[in-house]
Amino acid sequence: MSTFYFIAFLSIFFAILVITARNPVHSILYLVLTFFTFTVHYILLNAQFLAVVNFIVYMGAILVLFLYTLMLMNLNKDNEPMKSNIVKIAAVFGGGCLLVTIVASLKTMAISQPVVLQNPELGLVKNLGKILFNEFLLPFEVSSLLLLSAMVGAVLLATKDKQPKTQPDGKLY
Amino acid sequence: MESFTNAIQAVPLNHYILLSAIIFTIGVVGVLLRRNAIIIFMSVELMLNAVNLLLTAFSVYRGDAAGQVFVFFIMALAAAEVAIGLAIIVMIYRNTNSLDINVLNRLKW
Repeated sequence: MSTFYFIAFLSIFFAILVITARNPVHSILYLVLTFFTFTVHYILLNAQFLAVVNFIVYMGAILVLFLYTLMLMNLNKDNEPMKSNIVKIAAVFGGGCLLVTIVASLKTMAISQPVVLQNPELGLVKNLGKILFNEFLLPFEVSSLLLLSAMVGAVLLATKDKQPKTQPDGKLY
Repeated sequence: MESFTNAIQAVPLNHYILLSAIIFTIGVVGVLLRRNAIIIFMSVELMLNAVNLLLTAFSVYRGDAAGQVFVFFIMALAAAEVAIGLAIIVMIYRNTNSLDINVLNRLKW
């Protein structure tokens, strides 16, 4: 039980560091640590498939993509102009209002039962695979289409457009 | 693994909701606070992950595996979103030579 609170504290701590670090590279590295604590949360919930997918897809693929993009832009010097103090205070105040609203609405439903794992096989690959390929077969195939279109779109957007420009004499070059 | 399964027996559901709410709020504050486009994007990822964790907790609480399948779909969606978003950010950087979103306040010019 205390494991959960320790990991939850680490999650919140690293998440705060993500948005306060001046250097974008440090920010990404703290995000890696935050996602690692999320993986530990999934293991604590016995959702082993999600833990592995979170580890591979988020920490392995998505954050490496972030790091590569940052490397391409050569921005790893902390020269980011911060917003003015009044905007900062307003941002924190607005976020605090959101949190207070959520917590207050949570307080109205007073029941708080412990999370008990009734079926230990719930998050295992065998069980999830059966559900994924029976009830959720169509969304699964559609998501493959989504990934394909995203790949094509990313390649299209990120390549430099070499459109043939017309010269003053009307010839293409 | 058995000891891990026993470890969660006593955590109330409200504490999972609270943790997810706090992480989500940190993401919202990050979007409002920072001017670097990549860090704003990372804050959005943080919000997505908070929701993922909450969905998993509810799935375990109800004993229904559909929630975890849904988290899987959200992860696939996040991968696609990151690819497109980073491509757009690379294009912005090529056109304006900075990642400051305040440069983009006029959209057209």
